[in-house]
Amino acid sequence: MYKHLFRLIWNKRKQNFLFLSEILVSFLVIFALSSFLVFYFMNFRKPLGFKYQHVWAVSYSEPLKTKNLDSIRTFYDLLNATLMSMPEIEAHSLSSGNFPYANSVSTSGFTVKGKNYSYIHNYTVEDSYLQTLDLKLLEGRWYRPEDAISKNRNVVINESLRKQIFGSAPALNQVMGDSKKENEKMKIIGVVKDVKANGDYWPSGSAIYYRMDSSSYTWVGTMLIKIRPGTGAAFENKLHKVLAQHMKNSNIEIKHMDEMRSSKNADTIVPMTIFVIIAAFLIINVALGLFGVLWYNINRRKGEIGLRRAMGATANSITRQLVAESSIMATISVLTGTFFAIQFPLLHVFDINPMVYVFALLITIAFIYLLVVLCSIYPGRQAASIHPAVALHED
Amino acid sequence: MIRLENIEKVYRTDTVETLAVNGISLDIARGEFLSIMGPSGCGKSTLLNIIGLLDSPSKGVVNIDDKDISGFSDQQLAGFRNHTLGFIFQSYHLINDLQVLDNVELPLLYRQASAKERRELAQEALGKVGLHNRMKHFPSQLSGGQRQRVAIARAIVGKPKIILADEPTGNLDSAMGNGIMDILIHLNKNDGTTIVMVTHDEQMAHKTHRLVRLFDGSQVL
Repeated sequence: MYKHLFRLIWNKRKQNFLFLSEILVSFLVIFALSSFLVFYFMNFRKPLGFKYQHVWAVSYSEPLKTKNLDSIRTFYDLLNATLMSMPEIEAHSLSSGNFPYANSVSTSGFTVKGKNYSYIHNYTVEDSYLQTLDLKLLEGRWYRPEDAISKNRNVVINESLRKQIFGSAPALNQVMGDSKKENEKMKIIGVVKDVKANGDYWPSGSAIYYRMDSSSYTWVGTMLIKIRPGTGAAFENKLHKVLAQHMKNSNIEIKHMDEMRSSKNADTIVPMTIFVIIAAFLIINVALGLFGVLWYNINRRKGEIGLRRAMGATANSITRQLVAESSIMATISVLTGTFFAIQFPLLHVFDINPMVYVFALLITIAFIYLLVVLCSIYPGRQAASIHPAVALHED
Repeated sequence: MIRLENIEKVYRTDTVETLAVNGISLDIARGEFLSIMGPSGCGKSTLLNIIGLLDSPSKGVVNIDDKDISGFSDQQLAGFRNHTLGFIFQSYHLINDLQVLDNVELPLLYRQASAKERRELAQEALGKVGLHNRMKHFPSQLSGGQRQRVAIARAIVGKPKIILADEPTGNLDSAMGNGIMDILIHLNKNDGTTIVMVTHDEQMAHKTHRLVRLFDGSQVL
């Protein structure tokens, strides 16, 4: 029967072109949509890797006019002592501007044994950063003051970078970087869990945490402060005043990390929702179009349906045949669409997990078949319910 | 072979009730070639559809091949049509998007038959109607007479006991009509196929064993 249907469809390929094109376009739209959704969902399911609750991000600009390192260091020692004296503060750490949920990115690349690694996120942080954001240490240790005087540059990396460079081999105490200068080589002292710094729906990417040294004080402009749970809202004002007293000529801005997270997530959710709504309208249009095309085709084929009934087809087999015909045509479009879809992982168009495409493809295929079967089952049943004598007479 | 007892067929709409067939009883013997004649609208085709199980009577009993089909389900009716009956229509009812061979194979698709078996039976049927050299043609590439021969091949491919022909020569000139008639007579004589043919053509009707005339839905004695 399938050979027979293939021949019928092939011989009517010109008439079926519209149907095939409609399915192909739907396939590509749904594939794009489901790729996004699967990508976001897979990232969403991954742990956050840190705790944003009760963390405030304080941004400030040029707290001191001087460039004298000793003066700057004294300033930060004093500020540190002041903050630690406040019972509402649990921990605090200076950080480069690319802290989680900030609209700032800092990446670099390096080579390990001749292989180039690029787009590695660089976070320059203090020793207390681990405690402030409650990062999860997976291997080795976090920074200690004695790291300031080590022969190599001690670094902590995240698990993504660990997998990227070392796979399943040990990473601790390995030296990264092909520089000939010993102090530019990076020795791995610890591995932390990935931190989804760009919101719940984006991957962490590979990252290196560099220990902040006193030279960084000249450019650093962000401080992350972890507040004890239950601290009242009035503390924000108090903190602002204290900071303003220390940094007289500075613009100080305090942001709550939970709000930054919501805002960052909205940056993903809002355009995605718009895309879903547009795609839903498109799919409804396609569904109505398919329904119309099938209804029209079936009405045109009443004589053939009556003939098949006369030749021994049951009403159910007529419905099955019409649904099978639509499904075969859908298969032609699905195969064409799949050919285009698999180019994305094969050509590495986007640097994302190939499983995203696999799941998106499966979802798209299932959706297309569901759409086609639903759109063809009712016209198919209507056609099958026509009495064969009436169908033959109408032709 | 075919026994009709007091068959009535009424078509009802909201306002009108039309009696298309009125109390027809008919016995058709195995191997008989019967023709049904009558003016347009007298119920010939309705009667043929009832015999062909394409339509159900409003009243009466239809008994074919010693089976009372009144209690048959849709599936049983379909199976019975497929195995016992072959149909020939005035307007051929060929599927224009399929080649001749595929058209002839059609009844075999609805029974257990392998692709090879279907091919062979279809080729054999086309050979019987002299169209073995037109198997790869589409119906639109054939003359009216050739199309009707394809329809006959399709009707006989499943080796049915009964062939029901609804004005098989109605769309053909006399030479082509005679050619079709010769094939039907040959099938009746050589294969013993029972044939019931509706026709307007007195000359064709007289070539059959028996002629039944209908008028206003009733049999004229």
